[in-house]
Amino acid sequence: MGAEFVQFSLTPILIGILASIACALPGNFLVLRKQALIGDAISHVVLPGIVVAFLITGSVAALPMLLGAAGAAIVAVILIEAIKRLGNIEPGAAMGVAFTSLFAGGVLLLEQSDTSSVHLDVEHALMGNLESLIWFKAQGWSSLWDLEALAALPHELGRIAVVCALVIVLTVIFWRPLKISTFDESFAQALGLPVGAIGFGLVVTAAVAAVAAFDAVGSIIVIAMFICPPAAARLMTNRLETQVTWSIVFATLSAILGYVFAGYGPLWFGAQNAVSAAGMIATVSGIILALACLFGPYRSRIGVGREEAA
Amino acid sequence: MDMRTPLALAANNGHIPRDIAKIDAPLAVRGMTVSYGEKPAIFSVDATFEAGKMTAIIGPNGAGKSTLLKAALGVIPSLSGEVSVFGNPLGVARDRIAYVPQRASVDWDFPTTVIDVVMMGLYRKTGLLSRLTGAHRAHAMACLDRVGMADFADRQIGQLSGGQQQRVFLSRALAQEADLYLLDEPFAGVDAATERAIIDVLAGLKADGKAVVCVHHDLATVSRYFDNVFLINVRRIAEGPVTAVFTPENLHATYGGRLATSHIDQLDLVAGA
Amino acid sequence: MDAFLNALFLGAGYNAALVGIGAALLGFAAGASGTFLFLRKRALVSDAVAHATLPGVGLAFIVMVALGFDGRSLVGLLAGSAVTAAIGLVLVEWMSRKTRLSEDAAIGAVLSVFFGIGIVLLTVIQTMSQGRQAGLEGFLLGSTAGMLFQDAVVIAIGGTLAVAATFILRRPMTLVAFDPEYAAASGYDVRKIDLAMMGLVMAVTVIGLKLVGLILIVAMLIIPAVTARFWTEKSDTVIWSAGLLGAASGYVGAAISASAPALPTGPIIVLVSAALFTLSLFFAPARGVAAAVIRRQRFQARVHHRQGLLALARQEPIHDKLTLKVLGRDGLIRPDGVATDTGRAMAAKVARDERRWDVAREVHHDVSLTGRYDGLTPIEDVFTPDEIAQFDVVIGKPTAVEGT
Repeated sequence: MGAEFVQFSLTPILIGILASIACALPGNFLVLRKQALIGDAISHVVLPGIVVAFLITGSVAALPMLLGAAGAAIVAVILIEAIKRLGNIEPGAAMGVAFTSLFAGGVLLLEQSDTSSVHLDVEHALMGNLESLIWFKAQGWSSLWDLEALAALPHELGRIAVVCALVIVLTVIFWRPLKISTFDESFAQALGLPVGAIGFGLVVTAAVAAVAAFDAVGSIIVIAMFICPPAAARLMTNRLETQVTWSIVFATLSAILGYVFAGYGPLWFGAQNAVSAAGMIATVSGIILALACLFGPYRSRIGVGREEAA
Repeated sequence: MDMRTPLALAANNGHIPRDIAKIDAPLAVRGMTVSYGEKPAIFSVDATFEAGKMTAIIGPNGAGKSTLLKAALGVIPSLSGEVSVFGNPLGVARDRIAYVPQRASVDWDFPTTVIDVVMMGLYRKTGLLSRLTGAHRAHAMACLDRVGMADFADRQIGQLSGGQQQRVFLSRALAQEADLYLLDEPFAGVDAATERAIIDVLAGLKADGKAVVCVHHDLATVSRYFDNVFLINVRRIAEGPVTAVFTPENLHATYGGRLATSHIDQLDLVAGA
Repeated sequence: MDAFLNALFLGAGYNAALVGIGAALLGFAAGASGTFLFLRKRALVSDAVAHATLPGVGLAFIVMVALGFDGRSLVGLLAGSAVTAAIGLVLVEWMSRKTRLSEDAAIGAVLSVFFGIGIVLLTVIQTMSQGRQAGLEGFLLGSTAGMLFQDAVVIAIGGTLAVAATFILRRPMTLVAFDPEYAAASGYDVRKIDLAMMGLVMAVTVIGLKLVGLILIVAMLIIPAVTARFWTEKSDTVIWSAGLLGAASGYVGAAISASAPALPTGPIIVLVSAALFTLSLFFAPARGVAAAVIRRQRFQARVHHRQGLLALARQEPIHDKLTLKVLGRDGLIRPDGVATDTGRAMAAKVARDERRWDVAREVHHDVSLTGRYDGLTPIEDVFTPDEIAQFDVVIGKPTAVEGT
């Protein structure tokens, strides 16, 4: 693995790993709270968010796009909550109403506005563009110590690294309240924990992770990473701490294997061109989940090795 | 208010001190109304729970027993009402309350162990980040031991029987070292041994001067287990010592026709007044 | 506007008219079968089904090209999408039944992974020589622009078949949606009906792919059902009104879309549907937000009114600000908090009713009567004047609540 690897594969793989971990961490709690599909809803509203941001600012710079997407995610979450409470509608249906409507609005705005000239399109939002995030200036591994080359790293890498670090820090700080309120909400309330704020904070963190990740890897990976690694991890253990560790392992594994299969897999079959890395990462995470469903030691609800209670 | 003339029509509530700031009972509730939709679940309920006593909240299904506890703790919102805990507002005195929710209210498939659940009771002491020490773990183990569950410390909670799950919940409340224990149906669906174990622990708390309040549904055990009863059916029907309040008349007022007379005869009731 | 009216009355060309009719039929079938999902609390299963169509589209294209056919044949692509959608559906069921994962996790996993596989296949197709103009991306968001006449016919026929299937399944589907246990007891095979309904949802999804795309077809399945629920409590009414709402959204949406360029059909249909939903959410007579807010406020005022009168009757001080406000508003207390004559009279009445209730609950053992002692129900609603007169005999003469 030489200069070419560093130049063309190192940064996409790193970005894939960081994005996957940033999504998988909050995903653990979303899955346990039976809110896995919030991830689905968030990633669908990223599109209307960036379109609106473009229409307001007229630029495709990263910051307005990210803010627009984050704003849309928060609007979606509030909208879902409002529909749920005001209309007394079950969460799944409320999500279905909210995110599809926002998505439809986004597509319409996109068609109406003159965005075709700029680099902003639906497919990009859905599939991402991991392959293009190469480190052009890199000459080889030695570039890791070359400040000039480091300065030319794709911006996406820095962004997702910051967000991933933020997600990790938040998870560590709020570990106990998250765990208690996820397991036993009324006990948490009786302790005086702000259960509503914790739940909202979790979703906003997930939204921030999704927004930072989607730009690089597209929204499919985002949904897949919210759900597949944590779900597979749940089937590997009966302890939350271990589950989160497994989910990080699975997320990393999906990112690396997915990227490698997408880039080199077709060559092994004699084909010429690489396939979508984002799609392949999601596929690999699905294969891992399938294996966990079939062979995970704690896959069944009754619990393998359950002893008759004394 | 200027009220010179005496009460013309005394309401049936007897003499209840209204000014909640002057009550230093472990838990006092005044004028609490909660509704789900258009029907009151509890209406203008006043209640006072004493220290060093075990009190049963009893009433028919849907009478608002659990609602009263949850509203007192701020777990569900109320339309009106005030709460005082040891003479303080709820927010100030939370450290002194341990709450045991209904067993069925949580997902027992959650990936965690028995000792972990008990350690959750230490949250208000440890806060967000302080490290859990060996002393914390020893304390949690001691609490598990008090309910006879020390051997199960590292089990996944989903592998426990209903009675064992209830004991773990009680043990988590013990870990809080509170002065007021509020338990929602602690005896629902548990085996006889667990019921015995729970009652022993609660009696120990009472002996230490703690206040214990249980939502309870088994009329047959009321006079054996409890000192006080609080009878509720949407509205407060009566409260006081079992010896004075657990009468056929009050039960009738609480349960109406739902309680067959033959059934009442079998209960260990105070003779009708 | 003229263009819109033109399209609305089928005057915008043969293709557009077919698309409009197809959209209306599809909307009807989607609304009705979506109601079933919604009432079974499985609305988002449709999301998994919809995303799971993508790999089928890709595979069908590859297979058709490999066999030497035109890869763009709509029927072929839709058949392929149905196969993977079915696999996705089976996987959701299998995961939520056989593993400890809940259904929402299973839905999310299936939809993202199948979509990922679909995207991989699309990139494979892009590199195939015949794949460059495949236009399969149109299935993501739907596209009726440049739609072939045969395609419009396929949508119209598919919509008709879906409506027919809805009609045939209407009885068992209503029963199972509202009361599965009763349906099972009356001899229906709930599992089979569930499967049939899922089959219908799948068919709707597949037919809708070309029209609205796989992301937005979910909206056609969910939104009309949720909207209809605001207007009625009756089971078959919900299903048919959801169907009609869906049909209206489909038809009007297609007409708007045909009236101008840059108005994509799928999003417009969904937005029409969303507009109907928003109107219903706020203004539906019984379940709408406006009605609920007014009801809630009135109810809270009633509670405080009553509690205040009870306090006046007991001559207890009132601390609660809202109670004071309500009593003042109703002219029962003066600004300084002292009861007015009306207030005293009503407090006396309340106190007397409380005594009456005491007597009533001693005399009557019927819970259906005494169980309504909830503080708010007037005693006159529960007992006849004769009965109340009897209670009064027990209590004795009424006395007034005094106070200055």
